[in-house]
Amino acid sequence: MDGLERSDRRRFLRQTGGFTLAFAIPLEAGLAQVPATASPPRLPGNLQRHRRLDAWIRVQPADRSILLMVGKVELGQGILTAVAQVCADELDVNLERVRIVSGDTALVPNEGTTAGSFSMPDCATAVRHAAAEVRAALLELAATRLGVPATSLRVEDAAIVAASGARTSYWDLPAGEELRREATGKVALKASGHRYIGTSVPRVDLTPKILGQSMFVQELRPEGLLFGRVVRPSTYRARLLSADTAAVERMPGVVKVVRDGSFLGVIAQRESQANAAADALAKSCRWDTPAVLPRTDGVEAWLRSAPIARDIPTRRQPRTTPGEVARTVEATYFRPYQMHASIGTSAAVATMGTDGTLVVQTHSQSVFETATAIAGLLGLPRERVRLQHVQGAGCYGHNLADDAAADAALLAVQVPGRPVRLQYTREQEHRWEPYGSAMLIRTRAALDAKGSVLDWDFELWSTPHTTRPGNQAGNLLPAGHLAKPIPQPVPVNNGPPNYAADRNAIALYDFPGQNVLTHFITEMPVRVSSHRGLGAYGNVFAIESFMDELARATGADPVEYRLRHLKDERARDAIRAAAERFGWSSWKRASGRGRGIAFARYKNTAGYCAVALEVEVDARSGSIRVLRAVASADSGHIVSPDGVSNQIEGGLVQSLSWTLKEEVQMDDTRILSEDWASYPILTFSEVPPVDVVLINRPGAPFLGTGEASQGPTGAALANAVFDATGVRFRRLPLTPSRVLQGLKTRQG
Amino acid sequence: MTRFTLNGRAVQVDLPASEPLLQVLANDLGADGPKYGCGKAQCGSCTVLMDGNPVRSCVLPLSAADGRTVTTLAGLTEGGRPGRLQQAFIDEQAAQCGYCTSGIILQAQALLQRNPKPSDAQVRSALDGNLCRCGAHNRIVRAVLRAARGG
Repeated sequence: MDGLERSDRRRFLRQTGGFTLAFAIPLEAGLAQVPATASPPRLPGNLQRHRRLDAWIRVQPADRSILLMVGKVELGQGILTAVAQVCADELDVNLERVRIVSGDTALVPNEGTTAGSFSMPDCATAVRHAAAEVRAALLELAATRLGVPATSLRVEDAAIVAASGARTSYWDLPAGEELRREATGKVALKASGHRYIGTSVPRVDLTPKILGQSMFVQELRPEGLLFGRVVRPSTYRARLLSADTAAVERMPGVVKVVRDGSFLGVIAQRESQANAAADALAKSCRWDTPAVLPRTDGVEAWLRSAPIARDIPTRRQPRTTPGEVARTVEATYFRPYQMHASIGTSAAVATMGTDGTLVVQTHSQSVFETATAIAGLLGLPRERVRLQHVQGAGCYGHNLADDAAADAALLAVQVPGRPVRLQYTREQEHRWEPYGSAMLIRTRAALDAKGSVLDWDFELWSTPHTTRPGNQAGNLLPAGHLAKPIPQPVPVNNGPPNYAADRNAIALYDFPGQNVLTHFITEMPVRVSSHRGLGAYGNVFAIESFMDELARATGADPVEYRLRHLKDERARDAIRAAAERFGWSSWKRASGRGRGIAFARYKNTAGYCAVALEVEVDARSGSIRVLRAVASADSGHIVSPDGVSNQIEGGLVQSLSWTLKEEVQMDDTRILSEDWASYPILTFSEVPPVDVVLINRPGAPFLGTGEASQGPTGAALANAVFDATGVRFRRLPLTPSRVLQGLKTRQG
Repeated sequence: MTRFTLNGRAVQVDLPASEPLLQVLANDLGADGPKYGCGKAQCGSCTVLMDGNPVRSCVLPLSAADGRTVTTLAGLTEGGRPGRLQQAFIDEQAAQCGYCTSGIILQAQALLQRNPKPSDAQVRSALDGNLCRCGAHNRIVRAVLRAARGG
């Protein structure tokens, strides 16, 4: 993420002028407030935000380890392994020596939210440069100690050896003082001889998970643990009329029933007691339930008629070159509300310390900003709230992680000194998480006589894609339920370079004219926020479906048609690599089968990815079987080939699930998708073989990978279904009933 | 009093027989691995082996374990070393977030007991009741097949 955090950063830098950013290592916070020189050098990645070397890296002679502190957190994407790799490589230490502290607001640099595919470019880049600079500083100390030039020294796993044979090590040098300064940005990185960068090392967190060791916040069992549960309103905007809290308070094991307006919670000795109490409490409730939802089948119409808060000219590039329009083509696409649908429901452990400090273990992606939001929710001073990241299930964007932290905190303050663990039920997770926003997209192209695009017009309607806590209590789910509700701030649509609703709405193709208009709707009948890729999934689906339509309409090959409009060499390479591995030019059609290809560069600034796949469509049932898929990926210089491959393939599979199956169901009062039966996702038997082609760019900047493949996958699938059936599907998901309906239209 | 064998160790639990088995394993017996995912036996995160058969511990009462042998993920280790299936998962890096991993490994363990040389399709079919959201499916299938080949 997302632009919110980035614009905050810009504002902060404006406000603080020449001062560097302080962060919360309490004893040394003051030292970080060093006035910078007139024009401090621009430092790589998040070193620009946190310029001190010891903010990131410390040498620990006691156990001969390197302490690496990062604000980015592990979400299952493997980031901690990647940053450990670059750290170990540049420092010349064995990987096992790197101890990572991540996402503890009292200890690590504030790197904002772990999202938007920023962790490699921002965090890993910072760590890499910091490590190189720490190594150089240590070598200077060693050179002085040994009386030899630093250039004569080499390092092997922290042992420093001079050409003369004289030796010392990182553990014998007074590193602490030396690292208590800002980075200069002037130490060169290793150009070659990498031991870890470019190598797939086992993920640091996977072995314990595979051995069944406790790794997840849902598994924390601190001494004196109590169990919390909340009772949610019956639906959005419902108000609690009455609840029998007294009867529930008398139930076995119940420590406390908490009611604050429409916020209801229970705290009990045992988890089963908390569940029984919450169920009884829910049964006793009477709610005022307004009908506010647009119904599943009414979402598209609602988007068309909803008041537009802002028309954003995302791109205005009128054509300045001549060219005669031979024909125009138009199409409209729709993407429904879709879930993050984490396998583990969101959870947190909160403890109101007797010292007045609230500590919350959370799987939040934004520990710093959520800490501020929770402080606001509880009326606590910010410095009295500490969040510590502990892993949860994969989140794929802003799910209920932060809300679970807030709910746990609201309960924990009622029982000072006792940790309270709260985990949502599956129904709560499904019905209350902020979904990926539905989107309506209209495309129009004017073509010349050869079928090439002259003018490209792209118009989209969308509710927000970012309602992350962002330091504001009102963004936390319980805030609106309190007796004194804290209103939710009106969301903004992040601007360039990352965008939000209009993320990837600008096609990377070199069209002579290209206009993109975003109709930004801030009314939110359905709770929405950042869903992996934000608007990119819907926008790339539309752009790449439409490119396919134009190619087909003009008798062009979809690969050739894309390359014809594309100058970016890396983009061209990605498309060609996927087509080649797929066997595009030698592909033979079989009955009922089709092939499709699509491409995007995520955000037009991160990883490049093209997806080619083959489907078989059963004309009787309408079911689509994906037979195989190929994805190419250019994420710059690759640190972990297996890590990139895992992200690209995982994103592809998840996007197949979205595209084939997923749509949040609702009537006018309730979300009806409340479990895995009413919101099915792809299963093992439905997952095709996936072949990932990695395009490595040694020496090039790291580009984010985690959100590169979802957009191209959705369009490649729809394009393949068109190839198989001759029917164009522009409304997602491509469920069997929708496909059958489309096939009937063809026959009719 | 409920008595059963947990990962080779005799345990007795003095709790109401109706307590959910998952909660007793996770909260009272410290058997990390099985996790709450849905509470409806739809996702498989809470899978454990009972007398070698995969069961969903989120919908079973404690009493169901009485007199049985219960195995959780930690119970597959052999003298502190990864079991064969666990080693195959490590070798294939067969996960992303790892939340579903425990249930999937135990489900696969039961498959291999019953069918030591399953086909790719048989592995997938056996795991269809276990949900993975990260998209690690193919790695997971490769890991199971690797273990079946003998590591």
